Amino acid sequence: MRIRLLIAMLVAAALLLPHVQPWLKTPFIMALANGLAVLGAIILIRAGQVSFGSAMFACIAGYAATFAARLWQWDALALIAVGTTAGALLGALVGLFMVRYRGIFFGMLNLAFSMVLFSIIVKFSRITNGTDGLRLPRPTIAGMQLERDVYESVLLVLAVGAAVLCGWLVQRYFRSSAGQTLAAIKTNETRLEYLGISPKRVFWVGYVIAAALCGLGGSLFALTQGLVTPEMGYWVRSAEIVFIAILGGAGHALGAFLGAFVFEFAKLYLAAYIQGAWQMALGIVLLVIIFAAPAGLFGLFARYLPGARANATSPITKGARP
Amino acid sequence: MPIDLFLLATLDGISYAALLFLVALGLTLIFGVMRILNVAHGSLYACGGYMAATLGLWLTQSNSPAWLALPALFLAAIVVGALLGSILEIGLLRRILDKDPILQLLVTFAAFMILEDLQRLIWGTQPIFVSNVVDQLGTAEVLGIVYTRYQLMVLPAVAALAYFALRYFLSRTRTGRQVTAVTFNREVAITMGVNAPRVLLVTFVCGAILGALGGALASPITSLVPGVGADMIVLSFAVVATAGLGHLGGAAITALLIGLARAFAIYLYPELEVLAPYLIMVLVLLIRPQGMFADVQARRV
Repeated sequence: MRIRLLIAMLVAAALLLPHVQPWLKTPFIMALANGLAVLGAIILIRAGQVSFGSAMFACIAGYAATFAARLWQWDALALIAVGTTAGALLGALVGLFMVRYRGIFFGMLNLAFSMVLFSIIVKFSRITNGTDGLRLPRPTIAGMQLERDVYESVLLVLAVGAAVLCGWLVQRYFRSSAGQTLAAIKTNETRLEYLGISPKRVFWVGYVIAAALCGLGGSLFALTQGLVTPEMGYWVRSAEIVFIAILGGAGHALGAFLGAFVFEFAKLYLAAYIQGAWQMALGIVLLVIIFAAPAGLFGLFARYLPGARANATSPITKGARP
Repeated sequence: MPIDLFLLATLDGISYAALLFLVALGLTLIFGVMRILNVAHGSLYACGGYMAATLGLWLTQSNSPAWLALPALFLAAIVVGALLGSILEIGLLRRILDKDPILQLLVTFAAFMILEDLQRLIWGTQPIFVSNVVDQLGTAEVLGIVYTRYQLMVLPAVAALAYFALRYFLSRTRTGRQVTAVTFNREVAITMGVNAPRVLLVTFVCGAILGALGGALASPITSLVPGVGADMIVLSFAVVATAGLGHLGGAAITALLIGLARAFAIYLYPELEVLAPYLIMVLVLLIRPQGMFADVQARRV
């Protein structure tokens, strides 16, 4: 399996490169945090659904972690746990309603919910400090109070660990019976019901996992940035998550992180040149990918990777409407 | 609640519902015929508003006669709707008619992102507010409440006119009948000799003009800031989803319901302003997942 070798090389690069070039630490952590949220989006794409509101889970996670840090001065590991749990809980609640809908309704209702959360955070500025956001004081990690540089190194190791673990678990999930039934929601939901399986329950589990992954990404993001703003849950952020999923290719967990790294560095270098037209550039690239390379970056690479080819095509493009 | 506040909230709600209805009508018309939810509809609303404001400013600066201000709003909407609408339809939508609904949503979303920045590049990020039309038409008194004539008469009249004109167009004119035929079954309509690409273009441009008209008519009473497009597409989707996608008459009733709910929320619980429309939507969809007025469809296996 050459894909394992590739992953091992990428992990080594992600851990070692920032020691040669320390400024790479923050973009690497951000890319990995984004990648985790995109991993969630890929789970939903498996079921043939696209959510334009997944940033709300990252946002609630960031705020939950910040409140815990400000009120109780908890450890970073506990904060990550709190954030992920908050994302999962909101996902479990919203999911109860969302799993009844597919396609356009699913995408737009997620968007509506995320905009409601955004405006609640902005409106209740007494607690949330409105659009200025809240500072997250740098917490201890595993009981140690660390300098900024070491703190970021530890966060990077945590992020790489989380990415590898979650990526592996998601791939396992796709191959499990729960994951296979999830994919069947896209192909033929009615047949699932005939088999005595509840598509809603299967989809709910997928939705909660996706929300938890977004929450994990959001907590890492908040810890690295040291600041949470309502911007974290704005629809533009959700659109970026969908964008990265399509860019990277939704066929494999690796695609999420490939896409996230390309996105992060494109943002770092290009955003300065095309200031004010960043969304436009994203939109144009999104159209180009949809029409020209629907399997995404991973699909382009997968040609050269034996063993990865079978699931390289993007589930988004498979099959026209009945 | 004092009676004059109640009346004020009702009037606010009706004028807001009229705007919301125009936008939602365009969205649901396009969905009904093309089966595509056009996310870029929000940009049409924003661009219509900005274009109307620009035209209004230009008219005041060039000292043109005052009566031109109101027709200018319509002109702005028609220019934006026809231009952007045909570019979108010919450039993108007609190429994805038979694709997966998710893919269609992504494509119109990409178009929305592009237009959102384009509009920011053209009109900047400073709030724009041109209200000369409202000032010219003056105010009227209803049951002791002083209210602008523009919101009291023009907006509801335009909304009602648009609705009945569209109904007349769809049921009485030749092109309108063809639109209805394509809505029911595109393939059969084509075999009967209907020029489907032309019908789809006409529908899309009509819908686009309605969206832009909503923005143009909103420009004298609300200030235009970046992000209005995103707010409007989500809110008009809430209206359309509550009514049932593709249902024209239902959109009028739900727009009124949501407009009134929002207006009363502003007076009673200002924090709930944004929440109120979605609460209604969630409540309706929990009971009737296909929307309030849509027929229950048989599932295809």
